[in-house]
Amino acid sequence: MKTAREDSGKTGFASRLGARTALTATMLALLALVPLYAAVTGDPFALTLFTRIVIMAIAAVSLDLIMGYGGMVSFGHAAYLGIGGYAVGILWKEGIVSGFVQWPAAIAISALLALVVGALSLRTRGVYFIMITLAFAQMIYYVAQGLDRYGGDDGLTIGQRSSFAGLIDLNNNTLFYYICFAALIGSIYLVSRIVNSRFGLVIQGARSNERRMRAIGFPVFRYRLVCFVIAGALCGFAGALLANHTNFISPAIMFWTRSGDLMVIVILGGLGTPFGPVIGAVVYLILEEALSRVTEYSGLFLGPALLLVAIYLRGGIAGLFRRNAP
Amino acid sequence: MAALNPRHAWAPTRGAPTGALGSQGDEQMLYFVEQCLNGVQLGMLLFLLAAGLTLIFGIMDLVNLAHGSLYMLGAYFAATFAAVTGSFVLGALLALLATAASGMVLEVIAIRPLYGRPHLDHVLGTFGLILFFNDLVRRIWGPDGMTLSLPSEMLRAFQILPGVYYPLYRLVIILVTLAVAALLYLLVMRTRLGMLIRAGASNREMVGALGINIKLLYTLVFGLGASLAGFAGLMQAPILTVQIGMGENILILAFVVIVIGGIGSIRGAFVAALIVGLLDTLGRAFLPDLLRAVLSTDAALTLAPALSSMSIYMLMATVLVIRPEGLFPAASR
Amino acid sequence: MRVLIKSWLLGTTALALLTAAADAPATAQQKTIKIGFISTFSGPAAAIGKDMRNSFELGLDQVGRKLGGMPVEVIYEDDQIKPDVGVQKTKKLIESDHVDFIVGYIWSNVAVASLKPLVDSKTITVITNAGASEIAGPMCSPYVFSTSWQNDQTPAAIGTYMNEKGVKTAFLMGPNYIAGKDMLHGVQSTFKGKIVGQELTRWPDQLDFSAELSKAREAKPDAIFAFYPGGAGIQFITQYAQSGLKGQIPLYTAFTIDDLSLPRLKDLAIGVPGAQNWVNDLPNDANKKFVADYKAKFHTSPSFYGADTYDAVALLDSAVTAVHGNLSDKEGMRKAMEKADIKSVRGDFKFGNNHIPIQSFYLQDAGKNADGSYALHTVSLIVKNDQDKYHTQCPMK
Repeated sequence: MKTAREDSGKTGFASRLGARTALTATMLALLALVPLYAAVTGDPFALTLFTRIVIMAIAAVSLDLIMGYGGMVSFGHAAYLGIGGYAVGILWKEGIVSGFVQWPAAIAISALLALVVGALSLRTRGVYFIMITLAFAQMIYYVAQGLDRYGGDDGLTIGQRSSFAGLIDLNNNTLFYYICFAALIGSIYLVSRIVNSRFGLVIQGARSNERRMRAIGFPVFRYRLVCFVIAGALCGFAGALLANHTNFISPAIMFWTRSGDLMVIVILGGLGTPFGPVIGAVVYLILEEALSRVTEYSGLFLGPALLLVAIYLRGGIAGLFRRNAP
Repeated sequence: MAALNPRHAWAPTRGAPTGALGSQGDEQMLYFVEQCLNGVQLGMLLFLLAAGLTLIFGIMDLVNLAHGSLYMLGAYFAATFAAVTGSFVLGALLALLATAASGMVLEVIAIRPLYGRPHLDHVLGTFGLILFFNDLVRRIWGPDGMTLSLPSEMLRAFQILPGVYYPLYRLVIILVTLAVAALLYLLVMRTRLGMLIRAGASNREMVGALGINIKLLYTLVFGLGASLAGFAGLMQAPILTVQIGMGENILILAFVVIVIGGIGSIRGAFVAALIVGLLDTLGRAFLPDLLRAVLSTDAALTLAPALSSMSIYMLMATVLVIRPEGLFPAASR
Repeated sequence: MRVLIKSWLLGTTALALLTAAADAPATAQQKTIKIGFISTFSGPAAAIGKDMRNSFELGLDQVGRKLGGMPVEVIYEDDQIKPDVGVQKTKKLIESDHVDFIVGYIWSNVAVASLKPLVDSKTITVITNAGASEIAGPMCSPYVFSTSWQNDQTPAAIGTYMNEKGVKTAFLMGPNYIAGKDMLHGVQSTFKGKIVGQELTRWPDQLDFSAELSKAREAKPDAIFAFYPGGAGIQFITQYAQSGLKGQIPLYTAFTIDDLSLPRLKDLAIGVPGAQNWVNDLPNDANKKFVADYKAKFHTSPSFYGADTYDAVALLDSAVTAVHGNLSDKEGMRKAMEKADIKSVRGDFKFGNNHIPIQSFYLQDAGKNADGSYALHTVSLIVKNDQDKYHTQCPMK
């Protein structure tokens, strides 16, 4: 029987030769070159599209932490995107435009909410956990709809991006893209470190055999809660970035189908892999955009594609390129 | 039901009704009865959806996000066949058959490979089906949505109690769905198929070992679930809508119902559906006035729908924390 | 199988990237005017988008598909009734398609959400339906014009009409978004009677109005006012009839019954009057031509959504003509458009300082023709040359 350490499969930056590393490296390189592409072709929309993809990838990375590694299937993760976004939006509306206040607030409030939701939800298991996280997300969605002062269901246009006392100008879209890109790399690194630490191994161990972890003496509930909070905070950060990117926030970002989108991205890319979420975000969102330009009925192709991936690809796209694929 | 106090919080904040039809208290009572009926009607529609969902989840252990698409298909089929045949009833019957058939075909082609897989694979796969069906319907029927008209005899209000008028068609919905619920009960409790269904819910392997054609059973169960969903879709079509994506909003409520009721339990689905239907309707009906007593009119107007929507999820969260198996866990059926 | 999927995935991604690259705008040559058109082409409101598109295309055809002598290309985008999608599509039209003008916007919340990218990019925009008070007031912009109205105006006309009819108490209903709230405020701005109740319903997913109709019945008002655009209007009117209220309590509406929903409502629409800035039987020449040509081409009647969109063609034509095709002269185009020197289907009108039309409002009702078809007709003129009250909040001129 494998030890917990071997069982979980140590992942991370330790380079692994093979198709997967090559693919990942290529993808990251291409992502880094997007602003150049946009400048050369005079198509700023490419920059807009990819900024959104990168931000969604950050959200997906946070979901992968709890869902892929921790086995906690949260069907309400998009709520934290909304919380982070509304933190920025509400503070702006009340006259606080400094990013030094807005961004930490977004992270802190998301973390706090994740603490409350996690404390209540993590007492349940399996499909019940899924449903209760969904319930909380819908509640937050309806609260946002009721916030008349901040636009309610119509949403809130955020007049200006977070200001950083002149140090960085977020209005420069290229600069903003690289900030998001750096944040993505940072998130992947962060998650990787967490997952490979003792903490992370407990989380992964608890996913495969909770009783054993408890028997060994780990307070599984506490570990999971911390993990859940970290994921929520990271997603809240992505939300703050998103609000800056679109200059707009509305409750729509928190509706359950958006959480579904995030889950699909993570599963598609490959659960429990460091770059799976990025692959998933890139593939899913590009496919969505490209298909909508080619056909009016993108669902006719995207739908079955997802179904095929579900049926035939265990481990998502990243799983396709795994060395020891089944 | 507790007797209504005419000096209840909301009475004074509303403008005094002109015209006399008994005291204000009587009218509040009549209004309350009417809202309860609306709640029951919504609950019955939810039950139809939830019953199919809970059967599929309980027996095949499948999370079917595409259940709302079958609901949508039922409505579209009914609108089409009713227009072609000129008869609402005939259209409805044909639609039921068409939806059941579609469900079974879907099961064989797309759902079968997902059995036994982790729930997340179901989520991914059936999510893809939602996208597919939305665009398929748009391709076949166009983006406009359709109308399903009622025969004009139905377009009137029926006086069920002195002074209490209730739209006739909504009464029909309640009665017909109650009949369907009764039929479902008979099917599950009194027939061989029903016995297999119940057995399959508690012990899948044993049923297979007994030589029953599990594959066929699953297909039939899925077909049954599809017909129930389609039936809900076509029943609500004349008063609500036939449009693309109509399943997404109600699907989430159906999931809430089956969690509260207990996964795999039809009785649980029935009780929970009624509770959810009543909670949602009565909340929408009475919350705004309750809020207006404490908040400004504008704030109350916007907050009330939000709060009443939240109440259902708060109920589900409470049930999950206190009694996660639901009100009527399948084991004790 | 895995190899197949791998190749499929790589192939599709490559195709996607190629398609995206191919969309990079062509340089030099041309000078085709590019117009971005945002409306709703899916879901229950798709009929509105279709009517707007048909009318716009008809208008373009009538001027030889040339504005100011230059050829025109229109790019249509669907906002799916969602503000966040609308903003995205607006940005795509501006940043990716580099459109010269933007036309459309049904929904006030979508228009308000999309305003920033429009104004920031100084794209001349003609809003042909949405009438948010913000856009008429504090958020007005020199680049944004409306051929429709401001949301308070139409219900205010109903309020005036209800006063004339001696209505003393009213119950108001509408959907819970910007326009819904504007409508209810609008009625209250002119109605002199007492409001015995108001309800805002969840938008756009709530289509069951039984609870609210019951409350209306219970409040026993002299009249009910409702605003439910698009498909929701059909549901509302149907449920109003089904609940037995029709015949008991009169209903007055704005934007709830129109030429699109009338064929489906049939008799249910008769006796439910509404206010509008345009009715299909208005006697001016431009309107007669518009309605006749529309019916001949599309075999159905145009609605007010289409009528106001049709006017956008003339408005843009006047702008491009005035600057002799020099589209970078935004000032010149703006000044030309402010003159409103066009033959509008509603009759001549002027713009207020906030670029909202100063126009008349009529009462319309449905009737059955001899051949069994249904049509809306003008009952009376309610108010002439009405200007919205938000123009004072607009800092422009």
